[in-house]
Formats: sequence, structure tokens, C-alpha cells
Amino acid sequence: MALVPALPKRFHGPSVWALYALGLIPAAWAFYLGATGRLPGNAVKEFEHLLGLWALRFLVATLTITPLRDLFGLNWLRYRRALGLLAFYYVLMHFTAYMVLDQMLRIPAIVADIARRPFITIGMAALVMLIPLALTSNNWSIRKLGQRWNKLHRLAYVIAAAGALHFAMAVKVVGPEQMLYIVLVTLLLAWRAVRTPFLRWKRQRTAGARSHTATQKAAG
Amino acid sequence: MPAYRPPRIAASEITPEPFFLDRRRFLAAAGGLVLGGAGVADAAELKASGSRYKVEETLTPEKDVTTYNNFYEFGTGKGDPAANSGGFKPAPWRVKVDGLVGKPREFGLEELLALPLEERTYRMRCVEAWSMVIPWVGFPLASLLDKVEPLGSAKYVAFETVVRPEEMPGQSGYFQPLPWPYREGLRLDEARHPLTILSVGLYGKTLPNQNGAPIRLVVPWKYGFKGIKSIVRISLTDTPPPCTWNLAAPDEYGFYANVNPAVDHPRWSQATENRIGEGGFFGSNRRDTLAFNGYADDVAGLYSDMDLRVNF
Repeated sequence: MALVPALPKRFHGPSVWALYALGLIPAAWAFYLGATGRLPGNAVKEFEHLLGLWALRFLVATLTITPLRDLFGLNWLRYRRALGLLAFYYVLMHFTAYMVLDQMLRIPAIVADIARRPFITIGMAALVMLIPLALTSNNWSIRKLGQRWNKLHRLAYVIAAAGALHFAMAVKVVGPEQMLYIVLVTLLLAWRAVRTPFLRWKRQRTAGARSHTATQKAAG
Repeated sequence: MPAYRPPRIAASEITPEPFFLDRRRFLAAAGGLVLGGAGVADAAELKASGSRYKVEETLTPEKDVTTYNNFYEFGTGKGDPAANSGGFKPAPWRVKVDGLVGKPREFGLEELLALPLEERTYRMRCVEAWSMVIPWVGFPLASLLDKVEPLGSAKYVAFETVVRPEEMPGQSGYFQPLPWPYREGLRLDEARHPLTILSVGLYGKTLPNQNGAPIRLVVPWKYGFKGIKSIVRISLTDTPPPCTWNLAAPDEYGFYANVNPAVDHPRWSQATENRIGEGGFFGSNRRDTLAFNGYADDVAGLYSDMDLRVNF
């Protein structure tokens, strides 16, 4: 079942690097527009919000890799680390923009915001949780941590939920865009709950079909 | 707290008669345009006298004032009102003034535009912690209220925005951010305060649709959401009128909504503000927010017996 033609193996590595490069374009482009006075109205907020939105998009993309493989047999596992790290870079840039460009490094105001405003507390918690994941996003850590690596990286579920919540809580009225990310994250997390029974059912069906064909052949 | 003293009008600020008459001629011409069905979206020049209410700060560029707006009837994005309000028809227009008044009646826009107009350069502080400095053109709300003779029992003034789903995309479809019509209200003494105006223009021209054409409220010492746009009805009441944002989230948006750096919005600080159109990406455009948005000398007396943390 090939929805997408398989990528020749020699392009696997370069395609991952291309993803990093492509993924950083929105940030670079928005920074260029902002720095040259081409972002309308509240340039800093526009930049900050764009970074946050792309962080959320990359978090969602990271969580989509598994269901794509389960449901469509599409193995894009090689892109997952890049997507996760891009999400981390965007969250980091989002926070830096807030801290430096928006709050002008008014540290007491930033600390008060993080402590007192639930949506900022949640956002900050997501950033903190992303740090160990980013630090262990390499082959050496996977080998070293073994099963514990899988356990640790389940934090991605909590982080994505926190991200969608942070977005919804930050606005005055929860609109279609915030709802979209809440629904996407909910579906992606719900998939984790049903995927084990689904995979078992799928294996049995495939096995059943195979033995059925075998019986027919024997009878013929 | 010093008692409020109404400003003396300097002789130099009285509009000379030729200009005054000229304005009427212009309005007659504008009326002709409206009757002809043309010029709906085009801004027309307005003649206005100066006033002592002029903030000595850099004006926010007209482009920012007319493209960075909160007007959820046209969408929730800051650029939505400018992008989606092209089909809105601000003329002809009528404003109904009723409730606890001796002479309830409707006013045609032409009649309101014929009132002595003043240019008022005010700070505008949004509840979202950004601000602008805008040269409004308008007239004191009190002068309209005088015409309908409020009864002694009137204590509040309620305002209502037009409902036109066919012209205002935010008012139709599956997702509507607020219940319509948008409503706002003031205490009668706030409404009669000389700083409170009904604006019909900015930057010397009629209001663009995205800024609340053809007529909107401006109360410079309150957060921007109190400045209800595209008003079709003004009612005097003896009970506090319902206010849209106050009903949507009573813990976040109070009835008074006076600009107050000491009382934070539950989700963000109100101590500082971003001045739109200044400073740019790297420069500092964040400044301290002033009590009553800098109009404390004029209005603090209205609230002298109130706890502003409770009545936020």
C-alpha cells in the first residue's frame, strides 16, 4: 500500500536536512519582515504569535508520524526527530521574542507573568518539559536510555496538550483556529489509546486473509 | 481630589463664522452624495474646530489607526475589520435615542454631522495592553443628550451597535465570537463628562468602516472596548445596562473598565502598554500605563468614593 512513492534511500538523509531548512523559513522570513518594519501594527506581537503558532504546528506534525504509519503504512519516522526539534526551536524563539522584544527583559514582569498567569505558566511548563526531550533527541541517548527513552518522550503528549491549551487561553475568545488545534491534539492523543487494539486487529485481519488465500490455493 | 472645572473656551478656539457656514455647505454637498447612493466607502473631509483636549504626543500613523482594529463584527483578527468591512454601508444612518428622556427621537446622521465638531486628540488604551494616539473628530455626547432632555430618574446610558449579518461577516456563520448586538453602557455622569464624545471621524475625515463608521463612542479614560462602534441606539435607563464583554467574562472586563495600571487583567499585566506604530521591532515602544489613561485630573473625581479594585 504505497500512497506516496518511496523515496530512494540515498535521499533519506538530505531530505531530513531539507526539512530543517524549510522548517526554519517561516521564522527567518518573519524576522526579516519585522526587522525591516514590514510587519503591520504590533510587529513584535505578530512575530511572537507566528513563532508560537509554528511551534504548535510542529508539535502536531511530530505526533502525526505514528498514526500515519499505523493507518496508511507511511513510514516517515526519519522526520520525527527533525519535527520535534523544530517545535523546540520555535518554542524557544517564541519565549525569547516575548522576553527580549516584547517585555524588553523586564525580568520582574516576566517572572510575575509566569507565576501569576495560568496560560503563561502552562506555556512555560511546556518549554521546560521540551528541554530534556531536545537534549535526548540523538542516537546516543536512545541507545543509552533504552526503554526509558520511550517513557521520557511520552512527555510530548503532555507538551502538545499544554501548547493547544496555552493558545486557547491566551485569546479573548476561543475561535476556530484555537478549536482546530484542540481537536487535532485530542484526536492525536486519543489515537494513542486505541492504537494497540487497532494494530492487533489489523495483524489478525492480515493473517486471516493470508491463511484464507492459502486455503483457496490449496483447494484450487 | 480637585473638583472638576469645565474648560473655558478660548476666543481663539471659537470657529469663525465663514468656516462654520462653509461646513454646512460641505455637509449639504455630502448629503447629496449620500442620497445619490455614491461615496459610501469613501472618506469625506470634515471641518472641525480645535479643542483644548489635545494630547501632546506623537500621533499614531493613520495607516496603523485604520488597519489595526478590534471590531469583532468584521472578524477577530486585527486586520480583519479593514479587510472585511468594504461592503458595510454607513449611510444612510439613523440613531434612535430613547428610554428615560422627555423627548425620545431619532437623529439622522446629517443632523449629527451638523453639530459643532471638534478635533480631540486622545490616547486610546486597549484592554489588550496596546495603545494609540488618535485625532478624533466628534462632539460631546452631552450635547446630544441635552436634545432629548433626560428625566431625573435616568442614571445610565446604554448603547447598541447595528446588527447586519449580510454586511458584517463576523455576525454570520457557524462561529460567532460574541452575542449581537454589541452593547455598552456608561453612568450618566460619565456620559455627560466633557471628555466623552461621539466620534464621526478621525484624521479630519469621516470614520472608516473599520473604526466604527459612521458614529462611535470615545471615552478616553476607559479601555477601548467601551468605545462602542456603529451605534444605532442610545437609551437612558435607571439600571446598569448590559455590556457585551462584561457579560462574556465578568471577572476580566468590568462595567467601569477605567484604565488602571494597578489592577491587572487576570491573564496579563496592565502596568505597561505597547504604543502601536512606534519604536518598531527592536526599539522600546513599551511604556508605563497611566492611571485613567492620563486623564486622572479630569475624571478621578467621578470615582472618589469607590474602591477601583472592586469596581474595575
